[in-house]
Amino acid sequence: MAASESYPDDLLYHPEHDWARIDGDEAVLGITWYAQDSLGELVHFEPPSVGATVTKDESYGEVESVKAVSDLICPLSGEVLEVNEKVVDAPETVNEDPYGDGWLIRIRMTNAAERDQLLALDGYRTVLDEA
Amino acid sequence: MQPLRRTPLFDQHVALGARMVPFAGWEMPVQYEGVIPEHKTVRRDAGVFDVSHMGEIEVEGPTARDLLQSTLSNDVDRLEPGDAQYTLLTNEDGGIVDDLIVYRLDAHRYLIVANASNTDAVHAWLKERELRGSDVRDVSDQYALLAVQGPRALARLDLEPAKAFTWSMAELDGVEVMVNRTGYTGEEGVELMCMADDAPELWSAVLARGVVPCGLGARDTLRLEVCYPLHGNDIGPQWDAISSGLGWACALDTEFTGAERLRAVKAAGPEQKLVPFAMTEKAIPRQGMPVEGGGEVTSGTMSPMLEVGIGMAYVPAGAAAPGTELVVDVRGKPRRAEVKKKPLYSKEHR
Repeated sequence: MAASESYPDDLLYHPEHDWARIDGDEAVLGITWYAQDSLGELVHFEPPSVGATVTKDESYGEVESVKAVSDLICPLSGEVLEVNEKVVDAPETVNEDPYGDGWLIRIRMTNAAERDQLLALDGYRTVLDEA
Repeated sequence: MQPLRRTPLFDQHVALGARMVPFAGWEMPVQYEGVIPEHKTVRRDAGVFDVSHMGEIEVEGPTARDLLQSTLSNDVDRLEPGDAQYTLLTNEDGGIVDDLIVYRLDAHRYLIVANASNTDAVHAWLKERELRGSDVRDVSDQYALLAVQGPRALARLDLEPAKAFTWSMAELDGVEVMVNRTGYTGEEGVELMCMADDAPELWSAVLARGVVPCGLGARDTLRLEVCYPLHGNDIGPQWDAISSGLGWACALDTEFTGAERLRAVKAAGPEQKLVPFAMTEKAIPRQGMPVEGGGEVTSGTMSPMLEVGIGMAYVPAGAAAPGTELVVDVRGKPRRAEVKKKPLYSKEHR
């Protein structure tokens, strides 16, 4: 079952429809409801390797639907601590629960100041209105 | 850029919540509920596709047969009125200008169904070669075409089974239709042609019978699972029909444009071949990806039924045998695949 549209107010957003949930010097990353809805049912998640370095505004992996491939744009720079293997095995988890079980990777942030460049919910809603 | 064209069912698609996309100059539904559920419905029950964007060209007159026999690859003399045939419009090099279905309507009248993006080219090609006593007309705007496909398609429409590649006239819930025993999904089913004005009524009647609306997304994954080539992806003017694996649709004992070249390719053996393959590693092949050792993916997707990446690719003839390992360059990452026999999916997988 696809999730219904929602955007939690405790997340930070990147205009490329990615979200980050920050906890201390770690962050969990995923894609927004809008991103998964635009793609349709996900059938493949190409994750980065654990230990890899990811860079803000650059691709850290890919998700694919039957029809399309989409780069995952990293909202924050850091080192990959964990990949959500549940999504590797069952990519549709992202459609079902984009902010919960459908998280994609967990990182250790290397530039805490970058969080100030991300959007709060209000800012992201403006992006969505223009999409 | 020309504005996108709309089929007579545009309003119906929008009302159903379809995601509309540009396709071959038309604004078409790519999906309603989702590609995967629609795909599975066609494999297990019945789905309907609006394919009214496809072109219809009528060729009529005492020399209609001569015109078609000299331009199309298959043997049009095998057709009686009531028959249909898969055939190719080939260029001098044996390359494929379009793949077509020809219906013989009566002794001197044929209907050609062409791909949307090639209809103008096919019409122009035949018009230029029109013979005294043959008349070529683009009648695309007059008709709508609905493909009803799936193991329960006939039952849901109360139609009796009939031989593939035949057609007959019928009335379906008050709408006069040409019932064509053809399709592009590998399932049983029909393609219903009606007057454009009748399309909304026919569409409603088909849906009322429990047939599920399906978009072009599912149409593409369905055809790829059964290895039907898509013109513009897997076949085209740059590849000869033999290399494209369509020698079976070429009557090389007849004379048509490109026949000589195709006989030569067949005699020498093609240097490359279009083959179906399935990934043996987790990855989805896509059109344009290189194949190691020479070759290129022409279509690729995740198979909703097989749940692996599948595709078609041109590979050197030496690498074309089923069981051969291929390595596909998936955006810089080498991923293994295996050449398969056609079709990739068959009913045993259901």
